[in-house]
Amino acid sequence: MFEISELNKRNQKTQKLFQILFLMMTLMLIAPVVIILGTLIYKGGAIISVDFLFTAPTDGMTAGGIFPALFGTVWLVAVALLVSVPVGVAAAIYLSEYAPDNWLTRIINLAIINLAGVPSIVHALFGVGAFVIFFKFGTSILAASLTLAIMTLPVVIVASKESLQAVPKAFREACWNMGATRWQTIRRVVLPNAVSGILTGVILEVSRTTGETAPIMFTGAAFFLPFLPQSVFDQTMALSLHLFVVSTQVPGVPDELPYGVALVLIGMVLLMNSVSIAFRMYLRGQKKW
Amino acid sequence: MNTTAENVSSQIDYAIHTDALNLWYGTFQALFDVNLDIKQGIITSLIGPSGCGKSTFLRSVNRINERLGYVRTEGLIEVMGQNVYNENVELIQVRKQIGMVFQRPNPLPISIRDNIIFGHKLHSEGRKPSISEQDDIIEAALRKVLLWDQVKDRLNSKATELSLEEQQKLCIARLLPVKPSVLLMDEPCSALDPKGTEAVEELIWDLRGEYTILIVTHNMAQARRASEECIFMLMGKVIEHTATEAMFVTPEHKETADYIEGRYG
Ligand SMILES: Nc1ncnc2c1ncn2[C@@H]1O[C@H](COP(=O)(O)OP(=O)(O)O)[C@@H](O)[C@H]1O
Ligand SMILES: [Mg+2]
Repeated sequence: MFEISELNKRNQKTQKLFQILFLMMTLMLIAPVVIILGTLIYKGGAIISVDFLFTAPTDGMTAGGIFPALFGTVWLVAVALLVSVPVGVAAAIYLSEYAPDNWLTRIINLAIINLAGVPSIVHALFGVGAFVIFFKFGTSILAASLTLAIMTLPVVIVASKESLQAVPKAFREACWNMGATRWQTIRRVVLPNAVSGILTGVILEVSRTTGETAPIMFTGAAFFLPFLPQSVFDQTMALSLHLFVVSTQVPGVPDELPYGVALVLIGMVLLMNSVSIAFRMYLRGQKKW
Repeated sequence: MNTTAENVSSQIDYAIHTDALNLWYGTFQALFDVNLDIKQGIITSLIGPSGCGKSTFLRSVNRINERLGYVRTEGLIEVMGQNVYNENVELIQVRKQIGMVFQRPNPLPISIRDNIIFGHKLHSEGRKPSISEQDDIIEAALRKVLLWDQVKDRLNSKATELSLEEQQKLCIARLLPVKPSVLLMDEPCSALDPKGTEAVEELIWDLRGEYTILIVTHNMAQARRASEECIFMLMGKVIEHTATEAMFVTPEHKETADYIEGRYG
């Protein structure tokens, strides 16, 4: 009565087939990541040292370290975050908690989604026109970071908005019913429960910002600078541009140098992502509903 | 408030008074000419089939419906003698006077303590209440809803970890420190098991007298047990409003009788 039938067998075979298929797809997805990381470590791992990280390039960038570029990237990302996170989260709060559901709001939402699809070279040109020339910031960290900030704003807004809207409506109603204003509701209940999701947006932004080349190339990043930037109005070297330069623009660069730069760049992104993910998991564990 | 005003408010017989109340969701009319006088200090139950406008009525009394944006309300709603739709009425004061309990318990995802003191903190002007003041308020509120003994040792744990029955009691308790005069309850027991239902009903009965309670229920037995007056609604209209016993023994309208005997959904 409970023996397996032919039909059961066939169904189970099909199910097994699909399970394997999906597993293969997943493996295919992570294969490039593994291959890239493996190659970088294999070819560039040897060059990484404290000296490499903390000294400036020498001999026409064919030897020495990458410190000015590393330092510059940290600056660029930090200033970009400083601008885009507050602005993006504020916009997300407005759109999710205050904006009436009308055509204007819908157009704004549509614009934000479309903004995310604008190619980075277009942002770069906008940055040159707006920040370098119009606001007279010159080619500087400030101009480059603002360009990066604008480019990544849509990501922050969309991710923040989604995590705000994931906070159950019942919480808001509970607050309103006790006579809380919208702001009190946001401040005490909505935001604390949305932080982990907002962080996701920030993580994405950090990864993207760190690796971007085009938007900073014309707005603030320099080929080679023998000194570190003193303020946000100076130009700076940056890892992404440096990688481009040493791989294609300078003759006589030893093979392992570009791989080493790329490894540091990826390492930075992975490190920042892991820290944020760990923090996010910690926050997730804190909340229960 | 001066003494004359107090005299006036103590003379009010009706906690909620509506006159020709009509309400539309967009173009759909959900309430038709609702005229109700709900007596102060007693429990009134509101019954009627699903979709007849019970929740809509409750939500227009505390004006929470407005959040939807596409709601239009016409007519008069007075709570404790004052028109809540008056232009100079502050919504926050309205919400303070009128507490609401929902079908699904909705404690905030913060500690039991913080849930109870939340409303109080919102409304205490300037000075922050001291810890011992807060403790007193919390204990009083939790005792009132018969929850104190169960939770007194874990006031700092998340309110969302409580059982549904405890959560619903907590949701009632957190309204009390703000000192509302009217409590609106929208099917407060429908997410609870029979034991929880009984406990919450008992608690609601205990609150009688101090608060005017308007409770929506699907449960005929509950309406009969737990309320002094009863309103029957059908398709956005009030069909009958009398003493509960009278409604269940000698309903005036055929529709009421049909509903009570279970001939509607
Ligand atoms: N937010 C809303 N938007 C549009 N129509 C609604 C909304 N809420 C309720 N309604 C409609 O109004 C009528 C009354 O609903 P409701 O007050 O929830 O009934 P009840 O609580 O008695 O079950 C129903 O026909 C329902 O479909
Ligand atoms: Mg309802």
